Amino acid sequence: MSLKAALIGAPNCGKSTLFNGLTGGKAKTANYAGVTVEAKKGHFTTPKGQEIELYDLPGIYGLTARSSDEKVAINMLEGQMKGVDKPDLVLVVIDAANLRTHLHSALQLRELGIPMMLILNMIDLAERDGIEIDTTILEKELRIPVVTSRATRQGGRENFLNRLDSLIDDGIENAKIAPEHHNLSELQKSARSLAARAIVKEALINKTTRIIDSVALHPIFGPIMLAVVLFLMFQAVFSWATFPVDFLDGAVSSLADFVRAKVGHTIWGELLADGIIAGVGSVIVFLPLIVILFAFILVLEASGYMTRAAFLMDEIMLRAGLNGRAFIPLLSSFACAVPGIMSTRVIEHERDRITTILIAPLMTCSARLPVYTLIIAAFIPNVKVFGFVGLQGLVMFGLYLAGVISAFVVAFILKKTVTQGAPQAFILELPTYKLPNWRDFYVGIIGAATSFLRRAGTVILQVSVILWILAKFPLSATSLRESYAGKIGAFLEPALKPIGFNIEIAIALIPGMAAREVAVGALGTIYSVQGGESNTQGLAHILQNAWSLPTALAFLAWYVFAPQCFATLATIRRETNSAKWAIFAFLYLLGIAYIAAGLTYHISRLIIGN
Amino acid sequence: MFLSDLEKNKVARISNILDGEFSINAKLREVGFAEGDEVEIIAYGPVAKTPICVRLNRTMIALRPNEAKYIEVEL
Repeated sequence: MSLKAALIGAPNCGKSTLFNGLTGGKAKTANYAGVTVEAKKGHFTTPKGQEIELYDLPGIYGLTARSSDEKVAINMLEGQMKGVDKPDLVLVVIDAANLRTHLHSALQLRELGIPMMLILNMIDLAERDGIEIDTTILEKELRIPVVTSRATRQGGRENFLNRLDSLIDDGIENAKIAPEHHNLSELQKSARSLAARAIVKEALINKTTRIIDSVALHPIFGPIMLAVVLFLMFQAVFSWATFPVDFLDGAVSSLADFVRAKVGHTIWGELLADGIIAGVGSVIVFLPLIVILFAFILVLEASGYMTRAAFLMDEIMLRAGLNGRAFIPLLSSFACAVPGIMSTRVIEHERDRITTILIAPLMTCSARLPVYTLIIAAFIPNVKVFGFVGLQGLVMFGLYLAGVISAFVVAFILKKTVTQGAPQAFILELPTYKLPNWRDFYVGIIGAATSFLRRAGTVILQVSVILWILAKFPLSATSLRESYAGKIGAFLEPALKPIGFNIEIAIALIPGMAAREVAVGALGTIYSVQGGESNTQGLAHILQNAWSLPTALAFLAWYVFAPQCFATLATIRRETNSAKWAIFAFLYLLGIAYIAAGLTYHISRLIIGN
Repeated sequence: MFLSDLEKNKVARISNILDGEFSINAKLREVGFAEGDEVEIIAYGPVAKTPICVRLNRTMIALRPNEAKYIEVEL
């Protein structure tokens, strides 16, 4: 029979690295009726062949639940979650380098009365800093198995696995301690005295961390460093991706040509070349952009720099009515608003959390990159300003900035109106800087790439086919306007004409409501049907002739705000537990998008004079 | 005196943690603040000197003066 074990520990204790190491990174996000649980579930087998079902629960410092994330972990441990049994074994993970500060959490968790094992994690890093811990004292006093584990490589886990086997052989119930109840300050007192005896040698905070922080937390150099990091990130996304994107682009158009040559100009050949390959291909070429962006976010998160950014931004965020903690979900939203919105669970105050959720879609997510890249490549000249900054990159940066600034303005207005409330506490641990674990990194990147490709293979594929049919039929149609798609577009045209959008955009926006990057595929299909070209290079050229500059700029402005993502709206509904906030988000974003696109169109027309 | 009044780079010991609204006492204790622990302010936020970054034993914790004023310290 498989044994159910839960990993529990403070944020930054290296729990997830341990989880990925044990389970090989093959995890499923467990979902239970009624609650959205961010508990990852995986499996591993001990050397003696015991099957273990392992849960990675959200980080908690103790048993006083504050944020909705922590409630999930605590409810599961206390057996209060519907349909989920209490774990058979709790694996308490403590960062060995911070034993003195965190040991009390093990004493507190012991009171749950569940068999328990203590893992002093990242012992190699603690030892490198000059810390020595005597685990036998901890074992004797806590009366539970205490093992150490390394941050790097497999070797460090054998000890844990063998102890786990002997614990199971001896009968797991023996690791159960009769619950005794103490208040927090009593617990801390006994934890501190135990730690003092178990820590043989202690040293100063990690030297590298102190050196980096003397710059990263500096009142002047800190913000400069943050700005440089973010700017480099966006420049890198744009320039590093050029080569692989161009390569994929070439491959897609060769494939389309190949299909046209082989299958010939039959209706099926056209469906395959213009519908499927042009539609799906024009989205897939952007995979490198998404991978590079996620890579940056993952590294910032794993290295420990993200919390420094939260520290630097807290006061500014507070003045906009937010909490410094909101910086992390908002920065993740640059990759994708869905995980960004889900990570707002670390924000303990419900109103602060809702404000953050409502502005998360304003952070420019990676799905907008295909759209921005296409339009910028077509309409913004590839020249350098000040001799070294690419104008195209600068425009991209400007679009990101527009999203951020409007997010602050919207947050400020929301806090004054619909999400009023007193400012809440900000207490955040800044972990020691670490090199990211390659396996965690790999698991994260693969996850992001797979979900992007899965969308391309499902939603975008279906949309491309349907759109191709709508644009192609009835066969008697001599222009797009006479096709079924044209009839639908013509219905929307009166509403979109005032903001400079033509009928092709109107048609592309309908499927584009499902996901932003779909609009690129849709434009690819629509113009392919019209012209017979397939790749985005070709699409960029077509757009140069088909759109005026004000229309292109209005389209970019629209994309900064428009709520074109069902996944985001569904996540808002689920996370706020109300359709009301999802509808509110949809309407306010649509309103701003319309106004912004209209203003951009008319102002740029006045300036350019056409 | 309180942690919020401590001078930068002066090492002090926590003598008491006060009670306050929103179970601030439990929040501070669970993240690790306890009587007898060593604390030192090592950095201030760039705007209006908030939040503050505190070294608590070997752990670094960022909090606002608003929370730090519940922690009593002795030099």
